[in-house]
Amino acid sequence: MAAVNTTVAPTGTPPSRGDRAGRRPALRRDGRYASVFLTPSLGGLALFTLFPTAMALGISLFDWPVFGERTFQGFGNYSHLLHDPVFRRVVLNTVLFVVLYVPLNVVVSLGLAVWLGPQIRGRQVFRVLFFIPVMTPMVANVMVWRLLFQPGGLIDGGLQSWFGIDAPNFLGSSNWAMPAIVAMSIWQGFGYNFLVFSAAIDQVPQSQLESAQIDGAGPLQRFRYITWPMITPSMFFATTMTLITSFQVFAQPFILTQGGPGVATQTIVMYVYNQGWQFLQMGLASAAGWVLFVIIMGITAIQFVGQKRWVNYDV
Amino acid sequence: MSETSVVARRVRSSVSHVLLIVVAIAFLGPLVYAVSTSLKPADEVFTPTPHLFGSEIRWKNYADAFTFAPFGRYFLNSLLVAVAGTLVVVAASSMSAYAFARLKFRGREQLFVLFLGTLMVPQEVLIVPMYWLMQALGWVDSYWALILPWAFTAFGTFLLRQFFLTIPAELEEAARVDGCGPFGTFLRIMLPLARPAIAVLTVFTFISFWGSFLWPLIIINSVEDKGTVPLGLAQFVGQQGTQWNLMMAASIMAMLPTVLLVVLLQKHLVRGLLVTGLGGR
Repeated sequence: MAAVNTTVAPTGTPPSRGDRAGRRPALRRDGRYASVFLTPSLGGLALFTLFPTAMALGISLFDWPVFGERTFQGFGNYSHLLHDPVFRRVVLNTVLFVVLYVPLNVVVSLGLAVWLGPQIRGRQVFRVLFFIPVMTPMVANVMVWRLLFQPGGLIDGGLQSWFGIDAPNFLGSSNWAMPAIVAMSIWQGFGYNFLVFSAAIDQVPQSQLESAQIDGAGPLQRFRYITWPMITPSMFFATTMTLITSFQVFAQPFILTQGGPGVATQTIVMYVYNQGWQFLQMGLASAAGWVLFVIIMGITAIQFVGQKRWVNYDV
Repeated sequence: MSETSVVARRVRSSVSHVLLIVVAIAFLGPLVYAVSTSLKPADEVFTPTPHLFGSEIRWKNYADAFTFAPFGRYFLNSLLVAVAGTLVVVAASSMSAYAFARLKFRGREQLFVLFLGTLMVPQEVLIVPMYWLMQALGWVDSYWALILPWAFTAFGTFLLRQFFLTIPAELEEAARVDGCGPFGTFLRIMLPLARPAIAVLTVFTFISFWGSFLWPLIIINSVEDKGTVPLGLAQFVGQQGTQWNLMMAASIMAMLPTVLLVVLLQKHLVRGLLVTGLGGR
């Protein structure tokens, strides 16, 4: 992988004491130290990740109000979700967001990364620039865009005074709210994949591209036959990560539209939040969270199975 | 190469650069608009024709934001939580990274796979049981709840382990010969050598604590007292008569530390991708 080395490097400790006799005591002594070194992380992960993951599954099988009696439900919460028109809509909204956001994000970030190849002066400036909204607090970014989309805000005002067009009320319209959320999210997030792709494109040898050009290959052919095969591992990394994070979209609709109008832009995570902390139905919230987890696991599995067809690790 | 093709190439390159500047300006538009709004008087935020500048440049908005809402408190809370959380992350993950990279013990590979496996669980699955756990510990609405639950992720361990593996073993050998035990080696050899990787982990962890929103929203009830900056900003959503100029001033101030860190760390952004992409809790 060119951009980020996520492959697990061999764990073998560099050979220290080669004599066989010294190995066993070393293993035992190291083992004692290892338990000390590992305790904080292991304890923390066990208490704050492993245990809650199992607990989430347990809670999802109960009618679990924040206050009051808990009763075992079996798969009652899951069948409730299946029949809840709001939850169905919420899943559809999330899928719609993903379907719009992921391809657009990849096209924009890859397009810009190819454009901003080594021949462009000051490309480091662009990398830093595009990465800024990735790192700034999401809520602050969304606040800016809320003002931007506001009737009388920059987009509305600009369209009216420069083009004489009445802008729709983006955040209040069921047609425009989702595209507005997607647009904001692209602006905020594409810098991440842009950096991933740029780092990968840097690894493509210029000499190969130049000799292909001398042989008469056009820009598209050069991209297709030289650049693309070399960046497929990064492509795989970027699409997988973007898919996972986009299913978890929360702050953008929460602040831009509060899920509205109606439930037109409510997402799965918003549903989890609403069930848990507005309606205080922890069982239902936990079940919805697990549905999201299963969706994410499924998508990741499909990605990993599908990669054999198009990801090239040999170059 | 003929002269015309050289000229054609120059022209294409200039056009490309000019277009890129246009793209950059469009990209920066929202931020410029935010800064411009943050410096306008309240009654000039919405004007029929957009203006870059209001009738005056009101720097006072930035001070007013702190009296309009307790942003001073929010900033202190965010700073406390982000610094404490980052310390825990760096300490815990450097220790376990050392164990995975250098110590030999039974079940090491299996344990490491388990570590990486925890990365798959999204935060949204954990929040419900985590809230219940916080209730059980009596930590609802506390700094503990803001700091500890998300301070044990496998990212730091993974990142630092990969770096430790690149450090030549001879250095440790020498230390061992001089009578340094694993703790001494870890503290005096490995940690100083891993400074670049630790810097990356520190900055990106700090930033992820600084921007975290969903969990504080759930666990903090007394926003005026324990609220963080994102929580403070979100308080105003949907309020009647939002003071947009003050809100933009506060948003810009919330962004500034992270912008500064990104610019300072620009050479290491690529390495931070992993922490950011997967560790955004």
